[in-house]
Amino acid sequence: MNIFKDTHYNFLRWRWHALVVSWIIILAGIFVLVTKGIPKGVEFAGGTVVITEFDQPTSVQQVRSALDRTFGQDVVVQSYGEPARKQVMVRVPSFGAENGQSLSTTKDALVSALQKANIGSFRVTGTEIVGPTVGAELTNKGLWATVLSLVGILAYLAFRFQFSFGVGAVIATIHDLLITLAFLAFFRYDMTLNVIAAILTMTGYSTNDTIVIFDRIRENLRSMRRDSMYDVINASVNQTLNRTIINSGMALLTAVALFFFGGEVLHGFAFTMIVGIVTGTYSSVFIAAAVVSFWRGKAPTRAGAHAPSMPITPAPVPQQPTRKTKAQRKARAS
Amino acid sequence: MPNIRWKVITILVVLVVFTAVGVYPILAARRGIQSPSWLMDKQLKMGLDLKGGVHLELRVQTDDALRLETDTETERLREELTKRTVTFTNLVAPDATHFRVEGVPTAQDATFRQAANEVQANFDRSPGANGTYLFTMKPNVQVTLRDEAVVQARETLERRVNDLGVTEPSISQQGKDQLLVQLPGVTDVERAKAIMGSPGLLELKIVERQGSTKEELLVNGQPASGMDVVPGAGGGPGNAATTVYYLVRKVAAVTGRDLRNARPSLDENNQPAVSFTLSSEGGRKFGNVTGENIGRQLAIILDGRVQSAPSINGRITTDGRITGSFTNEEVNNLSLILRSGALPAKLDYLSERTIGPSLGADSIRSGLMASLVGLLLIVAFMLVYYHLSGVNAVVALVFNLIILLGLMAYIGAVMTLPGIAGFVLTMGIGVDSNVLIFERIKEELEAGHGVRASMNAGFSRVLWTLMDTHVAALISAAFLFNFGTGPIRGFAVTLFLGLVSNLFTSVFVSKTLFELVLSRRRQVATISI
Repeated sequence: MNIFKDTHYNFLRWRWHALVVSWIIILAGIFVLVTKGIPKGVEFAGGTVVITEFDQPTSVQQVRSALDRTFGQDVVVQSYGEPARKQVMVRVPSFGAENGQSLSTTKDALVSALQKANIGSFRVTGTEIVGPTVGAELTNKGLWATVLSLVGILAYLAFRFQFSFGVGAVIATIHDLLITLAFLAFFRYDMTLNVIAAILTMTGYSTNDTIVIFDRIRENLRSMRRDSMYDVINASVNQTLNRTIINSGMALLTAVALFFFGGEVLHGFAFTMIVGIVTGTYSSVFIAAAVVSFWRGKAPTRAGAHAPSMPITPAPVPQQPTRKTKAQRKARAS
Repeated sequence: MPNIRWKVITILVVLVVFTAVGVYPILAARRGIQSPSWLMDKQLKMGLDLKGGVHLELRVQTDDALRLETDTETERLREELTKRTVTFTNLVAPDATHFRVEGVPTAQDATFRQAANEVQANFDRSPGANGTYLFTMKPNVQVTLRDEAVVQARETLERRVNDLGVTEPSISQQGKDQLLVQLPGVTDVERAKAIMGSPGLLELKIVERQGSTKEELLVNGQPASGMDVVPGAGGGPGNAATTVYYLVRKVAAVTGRDLRNARPSLDENNQPAVSFTLSSEGGRKFGNVTGENIGRQLAIILDGRVQSAPSINGRITTDGRITGSFTNEEVNNLSLILRSGALPAKLDYLSERTIGPSLGADSIRSGLMASLVGLLLIVAFMLVYYHLSGVNAVVALVFNLIILLGLMAYIGAVMTLPGIAGFVLTMGIGVDSNVLIFERIKEELEAGHGVRASMNAGFSRVLWTLMDTHVAALISAAFLFNFGTGPIRGFAVTLFLGLVSNLFTSVFVSKTLFELVLSRRRQVATISI
């Protein structure tokens, strides 16, 4: 059973179209980020979150009006988890003073305001209070972790492949980061620790996908010495197409399972992974491989790839019909 | 085929070991079996986000430790100068790392230098005009003191938390001056915070004079040399609201460091009090001081406030009592705090998170549900798409999960909700290795190679691709571990170990399974893939 058999799609032909689409999404994302800002989770923004479980159905509106007088407009009230649990999450941007032991004054005020409002008995099932230092430090650490892991991957790939491959993989990963951030901005997901974790996981996954294609390109470079990089890449993408689709499909299945069944806490995480898996697959072909093709031009690849990692017997490879397209000519001109 | 036999034996041994470590304790605990204990001890622990509990981030104000050192050295210099009868107009410590002597006469400069050399080990001295000298704490001493303060604070908190009776508390250092405290199962956050945050500094000092305002105890607007003014509750029980002031000697007769034990007790009026016992060394010091000062008052100072100032009726050696207007709970907390020793510096609370048990249970339920659905979807797909080879992949997948559970239990990793997500993703991304290999075998078969050759080529060609993908993913998992705390670390660990065990199962286990099937047939023409 095969999904794709002996395909000869000219993927690189679409690279400029893909680039335009990517830029539109990224720019739109940046626009939303600049105009509306990144919604930050409480870990980053600081503030107080209280999750309460009511004994009787209580509407978000009831809770909100109970808190309006004390906390005004800044209070966010949402139902939390499964409706059957009758849980409500309240978030306010303030907290007690960070010094000393008074971090929880806002929480206490919030709970007593709810008790006074007489909207029924409830239990506090969870709280989270974060001061401003934590958020600033996390942002800093998160950025460094992302940058360093990109540098680490670039270094490894530059060591294992030619430098252009490393650059391609890293540009693709940065592309995935930007696209993911754009989607997080469109759908207004809070930036939380879990989302950052998903983003970092996604960088690993995205390179993973890229490496599989690169590996095949490297292998084909040895057997297709007369062909241009352009053709080698197209052939390689086609040969690994089955694997690419199946693997992304399965990773996607698990991410979707997490999204629908993983509960409230993992929603943002699963969403980020879903976007990351889709864009990671897309960028392996249309960004990473395209960068290598652009970098190396269309000269025959007689030089071959360096550092053969194992003895290779040439695998029979379906030859790519070389037909000049508009995109190819454009690529050469640029 | 002896080669295959050894491979199968290796796999079976690995399977048995990891099942015993990773799977057996979880299943046994569910059925209430608690033996053998050497296996049950290794049971995979659940993180706070699943089990419920309190999660606190604190910052140690390490400046306090520097100030203490500067103050101590200032007093030592004062003593030395007095001993050598060097005159000076002023001796002050303007901030945590500096102190300054003013107005040392030129004639006494040589003697001053001698005296100053006594304290100089930790400070750099720079001369100024008119006999002024500025002492600056050496940078390396500052670093050491700060580090020590954080370590001491951690150890003190550990003692306090253990005394609270929390099971499996965890206190770890984070960054330069932060501590992460995790208290599973604790719901009384306020008590935990009160006990952890209290400085717990006990000092017993001889009272020189008592006054109703601060000013009347001062000379020229500051306490006389070597003295300190400390506030305290006025005149006995029932009169706690008024504040009186005590002029006390700066050097304490004994401090909390000399304590051997502290326990709740009652005073002569049957009010809650704390009794303490000094160590033999502390007792000797205390005996000397009290013996010399019979008839005077002894101030019992807790965290910079006089709790009581009883008169010394005779020589006291090892036993004493702290009275004041305490409640029973305060007495319990205070005894605990004193037993654990003083904190070297104040603590700031940076964040606080409590997870109720019901919230944790919800997370476990939804995490397991998502894993199950994810697993079933993958299994179904692999079986439909790869037929019998799909069985091979599924076996490898199950092995992967068992090894991952076993590894996590063995290294004492903690299962968190993001960790469960890591499990699900490990499965989704882990089958990739199998897909990669199978697709390659298919290609080789289509190219007309024999079954055995195709299988060997499939595995050997893909090996380096797998290495590359796994190393790249390990790099980002390592940075994730470095970045994260608590639940995120749990996730990074799961991801990391999952990648390692995936490499083993997808290459070694999967290939052995193929070889096992092929070795039973002499002529292999087809393979179900």
